[in-house]
Amino acid sequence: MSAQATLDRRAFLKTGAAAGGGLVIAFYVPALSAQEQKPKPEVIAPFAYIKIASDEKVTIVANHSEMGQGVYTSLPMLLNEELEADWSKIRVEAAPVDAIYNHPIFGIQMTGGSTTTAAEWDHYRKLGAAGRMVLVEAAAQKWNVPASSCHVEKGFVIHAATSRKASYGSLVDAASKLAVPADIPLKEPKNFTLIGKPTRRLDTPPKTNGTAQFGLDVVVPGMMTAVIARCPVLGGKVLGFDATEAQQVPGVKAVLQVPTGVAVMAEGFWPAKLGRDKLKVKWDEGDNASLSTTKMLSDFSAQSASPGAIAKKVGDPQSAMASASKKIVAEYDVPYLAHAMMEPLNCVVDLKDDSCEIWTGTQFETVDRANAAKAAGLSPEKVKINTTLLGGGFGRRANPASDFVVEAVQVAKVAKAPVKVVWTREDDMQGGWYRPMWHDRFAAGLDASGNPIAWTHTIVGQSIMAGTLFESFGIKNGIDSASVEGAADILYGIPNLQVDLHSPKIGVPVQWWRSVGHSHTGFSVEAFLDEVAHAGGKDPYQLRQNLLSKQPRMLAVLNLAAQKAGWGKPLARGVGRGIATHFSFDSYVAQVIDASVEKDGSVRVHRVVCAVDCGRVVNPDTVKAQMEGGINFGLTAALKTEITFENGRVQQSNFNDYPMLRMFEAPIIEVFIVPSEEKPTGVGEPSVPPVAPALTNAIFAATGKRIRRLPIRASDLVEKRGANS
Amino acid sequence: MTSFVLNGKSVQVDVDPATPLLWVLRESFGLTGTKYGCGMALCGACTVHLDGEAIRSCVAPLARVEGKHVKTIEGLSNDLSHPLQKAWIEIDVPQCGYCQSGQIMSAAVLLSKIAKPTDTDIDEAMSGNICRCGTYPRIRRAIHRAAELADGKTAATNERSGDVPTTEVAR
Repeated sequence: MSAQATLDRRAFLKTGAAAGGGLVIAFYVPALSAQEQKPKPEVIAPFAYIKIASDEKVTIVANHSEMGQGVYTSLPMLLNEELEADWSKIRVEAAPVDAIYNHPIFGIQMTGGSTTTAAEWDHYRKLGAAGRMVLVEAAAQKWNVPASSCHVEKGFVIHAATSRKASYGSLVDAASKLAVPADIPLKEPKNFTLIGKPTRRLDTPPKTNGTAQFGLDVVVPGMMTAVIARCPVLGGKVLGFDATEAQQVPGVKAVLQVPTGVAVMAEGFWPAKLGRDKLKVKWDEGDNASLSTTKMLSDFSAQSASPGAIAKKVGDPQSAMASASKKIVAEYDVPYLAHAMMEPLNCVVDLKDDSCEIWTGTQFETVDRANAAKAAGLSPEKVKINTTLLGGGFGRRANPASDFVVEAVQVAKVAKAPVKVVWTREDDMQGGWYRPMWHDRFAAGLDASGNPIAWTHTIVGQSIMAGTLFESFGIKNGIDSASVEGAADILYGIPNLQVDLHSPKIGVPVQWWRSVGHSHTGFSVEAFLDEVAHAGGKDPYQLRQNLLSKQPRMLAVLNLAAQKAGWGKPLARGVGRGIATHFSFDSYVAQVIDASVEKDGSVRVHRVVCAVDCGRVVNPDTVKAQMEGGINFGLTAALKTEITFENGRVQQSNFNDYPMLRMFEAPIIEVFIVPSEEKPTGVGEPSVPPVAPALTNAIFAATGKRIRRLPIRASDLVEKRGANS
Repeated sequence: MTSFVLNGKSVQVDVDPATPLLWVLRESFGLTGTKYGCGMALCGACTVHLDGEAIRSCVAPLARVEGKHVKTIEGLSNDLSHPLQKAWIEIDVPQCGYCQSGQIMSAAVLLSKIAKPTDTDIDEAMSGNICRCGTYPRIRRAIHRAAELADGKTAATNERSGDVPTTEVAR
């Protein structure tokens, strides 16, 4: 953690709320030069992003990582809308680390916050347009005609008057020497030929024949594989170890202590793992040795009994609550969650005296480079990062401490050879950096007509920013905005409202997890609103309609989902229907779920109807895919998973005790996209938050049982089934 | 020395026969299309064919394949021509893609046994393969589609059981 601590002292970042409540942060990493760390959306450098070969193949450089969300197709779509190369000749490659590839909003090179399309919407189109303009200018100069008399078509510049044409590949050398024009006009949306059209993903073919290269697939000559014994209590340290048996495993080359534990180096994964499993390590378990989920649950609940730091206050909630005709209260709990990407963490490092080359699937290139440089004792420009495809990210591969990268550099330092550090599934599951555990306590006051006139929401949970290089600037007045997003900025028109926050300091490393704070507020707010509707004798859909009267985009999404689902129409016996909305990453989502509960308490999800307004759509099929995927991701969290601690140890280890939704449980999903001409907004995360509440609201409709704790437990449904809570 | 047939070619390898086949495929033969996900036959990312049956190579010791036929994703076709690959591309099934080799290999065994699988057949054959990105609706569609392609139906159809591809989009 020393690299992190150093960065913390030296780093600063700016933070502010984006229009509509999304968090916008610009990160500055002083380990880099001032020139490098500056966000430069205004500098359009087409040939840093476009490579045109003599065979006319066009390589588009992606400054965002592909982790399934489809940016290796949507970024080329944005660029080629303006470049107008032959789409069949387009390929994609990952950008190296360089300030020219920085995120136009965040100011470092990274992928996250469902921001790729929103951030690159203008930038990539301008890159394409600038590239086209200089290619045209090069042709015009060659032919000695005005550029305005030329046009482009599928990778050719054409001078129709003289029937001359020149390919982009033949012009690119001359074009790259020309100055990029200051004014780069873009197409009117009505003239789009690519944006908005369902477009096949460029990365699908290699993902169907085994050739797609993930971090785990990287091979470097002379490389050894390392598997590491880490303390079973997070943050513990090695006191001593006996490697006698480990060293007897054929293929084991070395056993070396590193800051995070003991690394067993071998000529392949299997001997390394066998050796690791035979190590005898004595640990100093440190401060986390008594961590207990049971205790945390009661501590959190006790803390929530008094208000925390005020995140949002509207009107006079206390007086309104006192004057309410009816008052209801409820407490909600959600657990720590692991990201559980299908590809466990791994990182390849080739460290030499004056250079460090890294291959890994990362979402956080600039931060990783700075942290790796610090660990290697090199300056950042000596560190090269090759971003591979990510076998899932969900936030885990954007680690503020670059934990899996720094550790691999530390191993390479002592190994004195290229090394691939591989985390087993168990290592990955038990390695920390979880979605925080949260407790939410609500009270609502209803008027005589059953309308909510007062709403208080006390949130208890660890800050993600605290203890990271983002702390000093990411937390304002005791409020980590990522802790209260989706709660402090609810769209419902409730006249008197308070949202406050307790941020207990606990030694569990926590991190952003697909939809971040919204992953708990989406559930608790929408489930409690359902309680308010029932307490006030209102239909849950109609109450939401009433409260969203001043939110036309969310109202349209809500109405579309309800209409497509057939809200109010009779359902099969035993089936309940639930509804929820959530605004996150500047996108509007509503979902309606039909579900039933079996006699043994198991839940069957029959159908999910999802409506989304994410502004203008680049690739409609990708939006649909992200809604589908996010819904199944959300169902896993709602139905199945939790990370718990006992005696400081994580109780889960693999997919047997941290189970995923499987094919036979996956519901029918129907996705409807609201046509919009607004700017593009987030797509990767916004479908996750409404899933759990739409499901628990459906379960309430089916059984009368209110679920206030995730994951949903069969035992919670079988005991009191049919009884109103 | 262990001898077996790998993607149609006779091979020999000198590795501890207790080593899981997964790591032999990946590290001795460089066939990295087969993925490590759990090491306990829980996720299916490592699925390959052993004499035509789907097995989890992460728990199958190398010794088990002596004298037998092993097929990996790399051996499914050399030109993306397998009906499953065509269907996967037509429907754009993968997201991150990490689990998809295993998904396709499990589906290939299903189609070899049941030319026109029902949704229940798909549930039974595919529930050992986890997809964290949640591509299940598309996997289901693509298996039905591959069955059609294998049956000579090339024109895309819209409605299939378990699939509601209704999407309203801007422009």
